[in-house]
Amino acid sequence: MIGDQVWLLFWTLIKIVAIVLPLIIVVAYLTYAERRVIGFMQGRMGPNRVGLFGFKLWGLAQPFADTVKLLLKEIIFPANANKFLFLMAPVITLATAFAAWAVVPFSDGLVLADINAGLVYILAMTSLGVYGVIIAGWASNSKYALLGALRSAAQIVSYEIAMGFALVGVLIASGSLNLSEIVNSQSGGIGSWFFIPLFPLFIIYFISGVAETNRAPFDVAEGESEIVAGFHVEYSGAAFALFFLGEYANMIMISALTAIMFMGGWLSPFTGDSLIAQPSILWFFMKTGFFLLLYLWFRATFPRYRYDQIMRLGWKIFIPITIVWIMVVAVIKVYKPEWIGG
Amino acid sequence: MLEYLVSAEFYQIMLFYVYSFILLGAAMAVVTMRNSIYSALFLILSFFSAAALWLLLEAEFLALTLVLVYVGAVMVLFLFVIMMLDIKVKPNKGMSSYTKVGLFVALLMLVEMMMLLGKKLIPALPQDDLVKHIKGHSNVKEVAESLYTQYVLPFELASVILLVAIVAAILLTLRKRKDYNHVKPESQVHVKATNNRMRVVKMEAEKGNDIGGDS
Repeated sequence: MIGDQVWLLFWTLIKIVAIVLPLIIVVAYLTYAERRVIGFMQGRMGPNRVGLFGFKLWGLAQPFADTVKLLLKEIIFPANANKFLFLMAPVITLATAFAAWAVVPFSDGLVLADINAGLVYILAMTSLGVYGVIIAGWASNSKYALLGALRSAAQIVSYEIAMGFALVGVLIASGSLNLSEIVNSQSGGIGSWFFIPLFPLFIIYFISGVAETNRAPFDVAEGESEIVAGFHVEYSGAAFALFFLGEYANMIMISALTAIMFMGGWLSPFTGDSLIAQPSILWFFMKTGFFLLLYLWFRATFPRYRYDQIMRLGWKIFIPITIVWIMVVAVIKVYKPEWIGG
Repeated sequence: MLEYLVSAEFYQIMLFYVYSFILLGAAMAVVTMRNSIYSALFLILSFFSAAALWLLLEAEFLALTLVLVYVGAVMVLFLFVIMMLDIKVKPNKGMSSYTKVGLFVALLMLVEMMMLLGKKLIPALPQDDLVKHIKGHSNVKEVAESLYTQYVLPFELASVILLVAIVAAILLTLRKRKDYNHVKPESQVHVKATNNRMRVVKMEAEKGNDIGGDS
């Protein structure tokens, strides 16, 4: 009896480590991939020097060199900064970014917590990430940091509404808040995936996700040409590394969620009994990787939005479209349920 | 005894007391803190602890909605406004006369509520320590079923009232400057760079002096 309880505790901890550790490694190599991919798109080389034991290995050891450098650097506290909140902010960013992964199903049944209200949990956790930014901006006692925090707060609150509405469409179509059930309701080849009946919501969800993670072209919270580096201008060393880790974990999160909600998660695009038609975690990784590539592609392609245009896009374009399409989906669900996943 | 100490029931009861303690402490801190940013942050903590208590009630949908709406949206806007205000922290000058009157009123209300609760409500409280639902019980369904069947009219009415309040609040604060140059994005999009703004001039490529290699 006692042994069971203790074992359950350890088993859960092992599962958490099995999610977090690969996630950190993926974050490290995402930074490498970002620099290589954008380098390729702009006709540059990107990092290609740092290797192991004298071999260059296309610069594959670059993320580790960066990590070690960041960890060894000094954390500088600005004068009159609130030290406790200054250190709490990156922790909040990282904790909320990792906490959302608890309900992400990687494959059928391969999920840490298979809870009924998984979709609401994801929305709640991603909406908490903004506190890291706001508290960092305020605790730094710096004008630029505060400006970045205010920009970020307004932007995230605006785009969260569009994001939430896009997900309302998904839950009408699937009839469930459980992420595994949402994926299973899309079974039956690429034609049954939700991105076809919910196409406007799919586009809006991903673009809002880019805005929510403060990535280019919506990265005004850290717009280096206007407000130096925004909310993390005063951060250095390990504290800055945590912000970095949180931001990239959130990027992977949004990509994984787009794959789950609209692209059938771990399901195969093909139908039939062949090997390629089997549902597999590899499909999930491939879909997530595709959306991550889109993130990098956006950054290499688009110039930064002007702030009033960001607000206009969120409030005057995305939110009306999502409201209209929720109605469309609801009508389809009632009169032609076979059009969306049966 | 040891068996009880590692059982799920004991763990849940301990969690209840821990979160209740944090909730009460944070709620006290909201009103006693001198710095309003700290007050707002403690309010967030108390919302969070309340959500944890609801999770112990197996009301996961309500708990997550509390976090999503109040912590994720309302308090962000609160903090946003408080950070923009220039508030000077005032030194403590002891109890003012208002505080004494306030304390008296609060005490009176507490006595009144205790009389009411003791008389009517305590026998009606559930005697079991823990709320347990059957496996497969869905809080989302439970909430939805009572909201959209039994209470559908009040629910819709409340949403309409909220909508009217939002529209009214926006209309009351909507001000337009007379000299405001409104940008029309739809006409901006139609500006053709080649016809309206730029002239493309064709010219022969200039001969370089071959220093830069193939660049």
